[in-house]
Amino acid sequence: MNALFNYLLRLGDDSLILGHRLSEWCGHGPILEEDIAMTNISLDLIGQATNIFEYAAKVEGKGRDENDIAFLRFDKDYKNLLLVERPNGDFGATMMRQFLFDAYRKPLFERLTHSSDETIAAIAGKALKETTYHLRHSSEWIIRLGDGTEESHERIQSSLDELWKYAAELFYEDEVEAELRASGVLPDLDGIKAEWDKTVNHVLGEATLTIPTNNWKQEGGRKGLHSEHLGFILAELQYMQRAYPGMEW
Amino acid sequence: MVDTKEIWEYLEEVYDPEVPVLTVVDLGIVRDVSFENGLYTITITPTYTGCPAMKRIEDDIHEKLTEKGISEVKVDLVLSPAWTTDWLSENGKKKLKEYGIAPPENEPDKSVLFGDPIVVPCPKCNSEDTRLISQFGSTACKAHYQCNSCLEPFDYFKCLR
Repeated sequence: MNALFNYLLRLGDDSLILGHRLSEWCGHGPILEEDIAMTNISLDLIGQATNIFEYAAKVEGKGRDENDIAFLRFDKDYKNLLLVERPNGDFGATMMRQFLFDAYRKPLFERLTHSSDETIAAIAGKALKETTYHLRHSSEWIIRLGDGTEESHERIQSSLDELWKYAAELFYEDEVEAELRASGVLPDLDGIKAEWDKTVNHVLGEATLTIPTNNWKQEGGRKGLHSEHLGFILAELQYMQRAYPGMEW
Repeated sequence: MVDTKEIWEYLEEVYDPEVPVLTVVDLGIVRDVSFENGLYTITITPTYTGCPAMKRIEDDIHEKLTEKGISEVKVDLVLSPAWTTDWLSENGKKKLKEYGIAPPENEPDKSVLFGDPIVVPCPKCNSEDTRLISQFGSTACKAHYQCNSCLEPFDYFKCLR
């Protein structure tokens, strides 16, 4: 598979699957404002996926469009992180998943705005502005819940412990990234991990949370090896297109 | 053919479906109007990536220009340079406030994770004693505030840079 196409799937599938997960909160948020916030963020992410898949379809050159790519692939063809397919859990768990992701996405998009590929740079430039809001929103909740009541502290700490093993995959790189780096499409991505560490240490510190010392990693998503959860997500996501092929809104 | 200047005037009659006091020109999302080989190309840019109004705005532009007798129209969407609230016209900011939506304030550097909170004056009573209820409001481009003086809840068109 073409490296650029593969990378665009990694980027776009993260947005699509997390956007879908957040959309599951629609009508179920703990308060109206948060219901709206989570669906707003979901919309931003699905919008990013649309832009990325539109470009991926063009790069692939097989006559598919962004909807075919979003809705008509099988599970092993999805390249999203395992982190973003984790179930929502309680509101705190959703915020922790979001925070770990946002803290990585912001420095990533900052760097991608310098890509030699103009389309990637434009998509990243647009997405960076809203990602800054997402990170602020999730950070504030981590602090509020961590440094909140005894129960909120305990629950958000257990979400952190649970999600920590998926965080390492944020920095997964293989021959796909290496090839794109060599051709200048990917700018120097070094420093993302350092910036992520800094944000995570700062916010979790403020939140009086303890960073897990267990560094066992769970990876696979980037290679298309997913947890069982993705299948259930796809069943819901793809239902309409599978049942009524070619159906339009 | 009509002059592209005239097209700009017609676009002043196309309103944002979510903030119906603002035209697409006030909003600053029309980047260019050009004419080539009998085809008018209107270039627009989204405010937020996932803005669901873009398709509707595209249709509204087609509809308005057809109404004016111009049917050879193509609407192009560009992402770069990314839209910022600095592109909102002064007239647009005034109209927003009259409509009850606080216009974007000059906010400090966005790269700071937790900056000092900004002062957003109430669009009803102008009091500066207001508080942020939620960073995310009724649409992606707005935050939700409440005035501590007159208790009015209001939308704030957030600063995007």
